[in-house]
Amino acid sequence: MGSLGETLLTCRDLTMSYGDHVVFEHVDFEVKAGERLCIVGENGAGKSTLVKGLLGLMRPTSGAIEWKEGRGHARIGYLPQRTAARDDFPASVREVILSGCLGTCGMRPWYTHEQRERAASTMSLLDIDDLSGETFCSLSGGQRQRVLLARAMCAADGLLLLDEPTASLDPMATKGLYELLRDLNESHGLTEIMVSHDIGPATEQATSILHLAGDRSFFGTPESYRASAAGRLFAEGGRP
Amino acid sequence: MMAIICRILSYPFMTNALVVGTIVSLCASMLGASLVPKRYSMIGDGLSHVGFAAVAVAYALDMTPLTVAMPVCMVTAFLLLRIHESSKVKGDAAIAVVCSAALAIGVMTVSLTTGMNTDVNSYLFGSILAMSKDDVRLSVALGLVVMVVYLLFYNRFFSLTFDEEFTRATDGHAETYKTVLALLTAAIVVLGMRMMGALLISSLIVIPTLSAMRACRRFSMVVTLGAVVSVVCFMAGVTASFALSVPTGACVVLVDLAAFCLLSLISKVMRR
Ligand SMILES: Nc1ncnc2c1ncn2[C@@H]1O[C@H](COP(=O)(O)OP(=O)(O)OP(=O)(O)O)[C@@H](O)[C@H]1O
Ligand SMILES: [Mg+2]
Repeated sequence: MGSLGETLLTCRDLTMSYGDHVVFEHVDFEVKAGERLCIVGENGAGKSTLVKGLLGLMRPTSGAIEWKEGRGHARIGYLPQRTAARDDFPASVREVILSGCLGTCGMRPWYTHEQRERAASTMSLLDIDDLSGETFCSLSGGQRQRVLLARAMCAADGLLLLDEPTASLDPMATKGLYELLRDLNESHGLTEIMVSHDIGPATEQATSILHLAGDRSFFGTPESYRASAAGRLFAEGGRP
Repeated sequence: MMAIICRILSYPFMTNALVVGTIVSLCASMLGASLVPKRYSMIGDGLSHVGFAAVAVAYALDMTPLTVAMPVCMVTAFLLLRIHESSKVKGDAAIAVVCSAALAIGVMTVSLTTGMNTDVNSYLFGSILAMSKDDVRLSVALGLVVMVVYLLFYNRFFSLTFDEEFTRATDGHAETYKTVLALLTAAIVVLGMRMMGALLISSLIVIPTLSAMRACRRFSMVVTLGAVVSVVCFMAGVTASFALSVPTGACVVLVDLAAFCLLSLISKVMRR
């Protein structure tokens, strides 16, 4: 975790593609410690692709992704858009959430008491205590999302990277999640990078917006985004 | 029953077989718990067929079978886990090709050189008579190493099989864990091949885990119950094969299958 205002991540002239298919090009943005970046864009605009790039799962075609000295992409609290786990995977909620603590294990083969405590307190923060003994795959989509968010929070070292965290949450849970995220940001100083389609609440809370759109991407403050052509168009055509 | 067990224990080769078999079935079921839910079940099959080919070639070249089979299988395991990822070759098709190609190479080598002698036959279908004193020592030592390494990597293997992308993103050593898993699997397949036979060893990896997954919904429980089921079935299978004078490998697999059916039935009734 860096002190407030320090630049955590800088992306310069970033282009990413699958083979010949260029998803987005010439994207520039930066994230400072304690900021909240919201990434928006149409389906297929490359939001998840950018996330993969940030996590080091995919190499950029050109341009640079630079982390603060010694930060690297490890130890990011990552919430994937989809999990790969199959329907019959035998895993309890507690086991899944604890696996988020793996990054802090170092060479230790087992989880420590503190790590278990951390998992437990994250569970109560997200209000999923009563699920801890359940099988992960028997949960509803929204419950799963919360469990995976808890795992991400256990893995996070000052930085959360969330790919559509509200995609399968009910309106109450969505509201709760936004409040929780704001709280984490304000009281714990957590830096947040979030992909979202909820253009309203997401842009209200964010400190900066990255709109991905082929070769005409936008990066700036929410105010300038709302004033920009891209922002107006997207808000009208996008979801309310 | 007691009489049979006493008679079994009076033969040194049977005691050897029991010791080695217990360790191998314990390790195989633990590895299975990490391979089966990730849809890697076929890897055991691929490895054992390649192991057979390696043994056949080793005989042809007059080398010690295990010293050839072990490195060959480890390299294969490493490659197979990677083929699974590339979207160009479908994983299951790739393994099917590897299986039959390896078997073809093995059979060709055998027929061009020694002919189907008992040694090669015992590698295909398994034999508990084949164990030399050195075999036993090697198997016990390697089996214990596999067990310890698995337990040390237990949480990492769980994370890897549950969500590989997350593990790669947040931990940064996922490739290492995957390689370790591949090497352990190769070691156990080669060790177990001798007793269970190349054609049957993969069932030792798959069936106990499947049985445990019927009854348990927690990963730690699946590993534990799988290990218990695997060892108990192995003991029962060896005893039965001794009493009825039938091949050990086949007998153990049938007992494993029976346990699977039994656990499926029990869990069905319990869920009512
Ligand atoms: N594994 C892949 N191989 C080839 N092309 C891909 C792959 N994954 C995504 N793409 C392509 O890259 C583009 C961007 O995909 P991406 O998943 O990043 O979109 P997204 O912005 O996250 O969309 P959504 O809002 O639906 O989540 C799409 O056109 C898609 O077809
Ligand atoms: Mg996406």
